[in-house]
Amino acid sequence: MESTEAIEGNQREGDILLVLRHAPHGSSWLREGLDIALVGAAFDRKVSLLFMGEGVLALLSGQTSGALGQKGTHPTLQMLEMYDVDALYAESAAMSRFAVAEADLLLTPERVGETAIADLLKHHDLVLTF
Amino acid sequence: MRYAILLMGAPYSTQASHSALRFARAVVARGHRLECVFFYHDGVHNAARLAAPPQDEPHLVDGWIALHTEHGVSLQVCIAAALRRGLMDQREASRHGKAGYSVEAPFELVGLGQLVDLGLDCDRLVTFGP
Repeated sequence: MESTEAIEGNQREGDILLVLRHAPHGSSWLREGLDIALVGAAFDRKVSLLFMGEGVLALLSGQTSGALGQKGTHPTLQMLEMYDVDALYAESAAMSRFAVAEADLLLTPERVGETAIADLLKHHDLVLTF
Repeated sequence: MRYAILLMGAPYSTQASHSALRFARAVVARGHRLECVFFYHDGVHNAARLAAPPQDEPHLVDGWIALHTEHGVSLQVCIAAALRRGLMDQREASRHGKAGYSVEAPFELVGLGQLVDLGLDCDRLVTFGP
């Protein structure tokens, strides 16, 4: 498989796309998915994140650790930039469905529709879904 | 072709582990190379050495071990996902001051970087989850 995106700086070949489809707090899916983003970036891979379905709720600002005492995912999301993970995408339909406005978000993902999502899946060497 | 499996479902709770094991058998039966089964999320419970299912049910843990013994498939368990779920080998147990241990060879506790490398090195990484 070939990537159409240029490999930046000293990053190694092998682009990773993480598809995040679970809301924070209710399960560990989101957190354990984001852990891979950090590890991938630490290993100098180019990592992109696609927030789909309930996953878009992870981007809402103003969240804390929550009643269950688990660590929230916000600190991890805020760390992404430091790790050069800045390719963020959010499913446009999901944002509409959950009435999530861009002004409500902690980060600034690119809104993507079905065609763009298909392109993302096609143009990454490794796609992992959480 | 060189395959790897990512298993994220707990044994006996959902179909994921049973399907993954059957898929693993099918891969090697077709003459492909199965490099590794990587256990992540609730899939780490597949590495529990104390699993004692009723005798008239498939023994998943023994199934993975047989796959390793017969075909040299490595069985890698994410250490962070395992530790927080009470799964650890003798070394980690003594490091954490625990009286017993729950994971033993041929299962190995490894970092998530292994999953990233595996996903990019193998021709196919097939995920099984709930």
